[in-house]
Amino acid sequence: MFRPLHQLVPLTIIFAIAVTAFVVGRMYLVPETFGEYGHYRADAVGEVASQEIAYAGYQVCYDCHDDIYDEKMESNHSGVSCEVCHGPAAAHTEAPDEVTPDIPHGRSDCVLCHGYNPSRPSGFPQILPELHNTGKPCMVCHNPHAPVLDHAPTECSACHRKISSQKMVSHHALLECSQCHTVAEGHRTNPASVRADKPESKDVCGSCHDKGAESSRGIPRVDVETHNARYLCWDCHYPHQPEVVR
Amino acid sequence: MKNNKPQMNRREFIDTVSRKVPTWLAFVSAFGAGELILAKDSDYNPEDHDYAMGIEIHNCIGCGRCADACKNENKVPREHSYFRTWVERYVIPPEGEAIVDSPNGGIDGFPKLKEGTEILRSFFVPKLCNHCAEAPCVQVCPVGATFTSRDGVVLVDESYCVGCRYCIQACPYGARYLHPETHTADKCTFCYHRITKGLLPACVEVCPTGARIFGEKGRRSSPLRRFLRFNDITVLKPGLNTQPKVYYAGADMEVR
Ligand code: HEC
Ligand code: HEC
Ligand code: HEC
Ligand code: HEC
Ligand code: HEC
Ligand code: HEC
Ligand code: HEC
Ligand code: HEC
Repeated sequence: MFRPLHQLVPLTIIFAIAVTAFVVGRMYLVPETFGEYGHYRADAVGEVASQEIAYAGYQVCYDCHDDIYDEKMESNHSGVSCEVCHGPAAAHTEAPDEVTPDIPHGRSDCVLCHGYNPSRPSGFPQILPELHNTGKPCMVCHNPHAPVLDHAPTECSACHRKISSQKMVSHHALLECSQCHTVAEGHRTNPASVRADKPESKDVCGSCHDKGAESSRGIPRVDVETHNARYLCWDCHYPHQPEVVR
Repeated sequence: MKNNKPQMNRREFIDTVSRKVPTWLAFVSAFGAGELILAKDSDYNPEDHDYAMGIEIHNCIGCGRCADACKNENKVPREHSYFRTWVERYVIPPEGEAIVDSPNGGIDGFPKLKEGTEILRSFFVPKLCNHCAEAPCVQVCPVGATFTSRDGVVLVDESYCVGCRYCIQACPYGARYLHPETHTADKCTFCYHRITKGLLPACVEVCPTGARIFGEKGRRSSPLRRFLRFNDITVLKPGLNTQPKVYYAGADMEVR
């Protein structure tokens, strides 16, 4: 016999239990702030934001190291943040006596930025670490907080590293720069406005290489009058590495 | 019955539960609210901000200090396959495909090129999460554990992430990885914990040449605005219409 109430009652009860289970389950499973601003848990934003800070930022260092700060700010390293070299120092700023930052002493720390690399922008000051004053820590000469040396360099090689290093291993290794160039004193302090001169005539080369020249006997000779007379010697021989004919 | 402790009858049980559970719930939610301090109790209002980053490729010297600082700041595992940001070296030969490498993200510098490599052009490209306005990773997350915050930063809810890796697959920029300890997805947050307190992201703080510019697109005084105005700007993989918020100046055609 069909008794609708008999079936309806248990069904209603089951349905009610299912709905309650869903509501209660949802209450537990979906975190409290989910959906407040979007399809995510709003609390998560605060959790991410509460992460600990490791880098204090260079401005903070001024409070206690104003001398170094000012020195650096006026130097070529003004854009280089203190913590690039000294490592994260937030802990140090909180307790300066207990935590001290790293002090980098190795050449490799500077070379990371200044080592020659053809992919670097060409204006960036770079050195060849295997040629630039090898064996000495950079800090012997450069103050890391104001790296440019305050005296004018005496060696041409300080600024013309590529040419000097090329010449150093060439057959012209023993020739002084001054043999072919006359350089005004001001060139070393102000190279852009005080120009060094470059040889203009073949005679410079002829003074050593001409078949009649009075120079030491080991020097190879050509007849400057006839040896490729239509060109300047350095159209073919690079003077700083003459064995290379271009 | 040996146990002489009186048994709780059904009525008592329901009575106890109904009195204790709300207290307990209130306690738990009070704890949860503690974490909302930033969002609710400080002056910081996410609605006022719209963060983005600019990258000036001509300035990058490939020193890798950004990738190193990022790992220090965010406790990113030191192993070679986990990065929130990294630097790529592009070498464009006179003919053929660009050669791209990024040994340890650039942290240890870049080794010399193979003897005899011909270079037409070469440069460095820092990479990181692009914080896309239409982020594929957010779209695929099945549980809502990765999301775009109201200030425009794509974040991961570490305690809610189930580690399914869908987002890692979906990211066209390879900016995400699965953290080996938490087993949750991890990525750049623009140093959310720093920027919300007025500090710069760690990578920007340490960049020696100003190759990374951080700021807000909506702020007139922001260095980022100036950067966007005075440069030809590109984004990575514009065809995907992810609308990245990391803008590149000086990027070659070859940069992908
Ligand atoms: C609250 C003051 C304070 C602040 C801020 C501070 N320092 Fe210091 N710092 C000190 C003191 C004091 C010492 C000397 C500690 C000693 O010799 O034990 C010191 C020493 C150092 C040293 C040398 C450590 C050594 O082994 O000799 C370095 C490097 C340094 N600080 C870097 C920094 C940097 C970078 C910052 C900015 C992020 C910074 N400090 C901010 C107080 C401060
Ligand atoms: C280019 C890397 C570099 C930067 C940038 C740099 N330092 Fe240094 N710092 C060094 C090195 C290297 C030494 C060790 C010098 C030495 O041994 O002669 C040092 C030494 C120090 C010392 C301890 C010795 C001393 O001279 O009193 C302090 C303090 C210090 N630095 C603070 C700072 C602060 C503050 C800044 C930012 C304003 C800063 N440094 C930026 C590389 C750097
Ligand atoms: C994080 C990168 C970085 C590190 C590390 C670094 N420098 Fe520099 N250095 C720079 C930048 C940037 C400049 C400014 C370049 C410019 O003016 O274009 C610079 C400039 C210089 C200059 C001046 C070059 C010139 O224009 O005549 C010298 C010298 C120098 N650094 C030496 C050092 C020494 C020594 C160290 C190690 C203690 C060092 N640097 C570490 C980034 C760095
Ligand atoms: C024996 C002293 C000495 C040592 C050691 C030394 N340098 Fe120099 N460095 C010089 C001189 C001299 C110059 C040229 C002076 C100038 O231009 O102001 C120079 C110039 C530079 C320049 C500028 C190059 C340019 O193109 O303008 C950089 C960068 C530099 N050095 C970095 C370093 C680094 C990095 C180290 C350590 C690996 C180092 N130096 C070690 C003496 C030294
Ligand atoms: C302080 C750095 C510095 C020193 C030291 C220096 N030079 Fe120069 N020199 C330069 C620069 C920079 C130029 C390029 C000037 C320009 O093109 O504006 C240059 C250019 C030259 C030129 C080419 C001039 C031209 O018209 O093309 C010669 C030749 C030269 N230098 C020779 C020397 C010799 C020889 C010495 C050593 C006695 C020397 N220089 C020392 C920086 C220097
Ligand atoms: C054998 C003679 C000779 C010697 C020695 C010599 N030069 Fe030159 N140098 C020349 C000639 C010739 C030129 C002109 C080349 C040209 O115009 O193509 C020149 C050009 C230059 C230039 C211009 C740039 C370039 O590469 O053409 C510079 C800079 C220079 N010399 C620097 C030096 C320095 C520094 C030394 C010492 C380390 C040196 N030279 C030694 C003959 C010499
Ligand atoms: C002060 C003397 C002197 C001057 C000036 C001079 N040279 Fe030389 N040259 C030498 C010496 C010494 C050698 C090396 C001889 C040897 O190999 O022992 C040499 C070697 C050479 C060689 C031979 C390389 C080989 O393949 O063996 C060439 C080519 C050359 N010089 C070209 C020039 C040119 C071009 C000039 C002018 C820009 C010039 N020299 C100026 C002294 C000089
Ligand atoms: C048209 C290019 C050209 C010009 C210009 C030129 N040379 Fe040469 N030179 C050569 C060639 C090619 C050789 C042969 C190299 C060989 O045989 O290995 C040579 C050889 C030499 C040698 C080496 C001879 C030997 O016995 O090893 C000397 C020294 C030399 N030239 C000096 C000069 C001088 C000085 C001038 C300027 C008066 C000059 N050259 C102009 C192309 C040139």
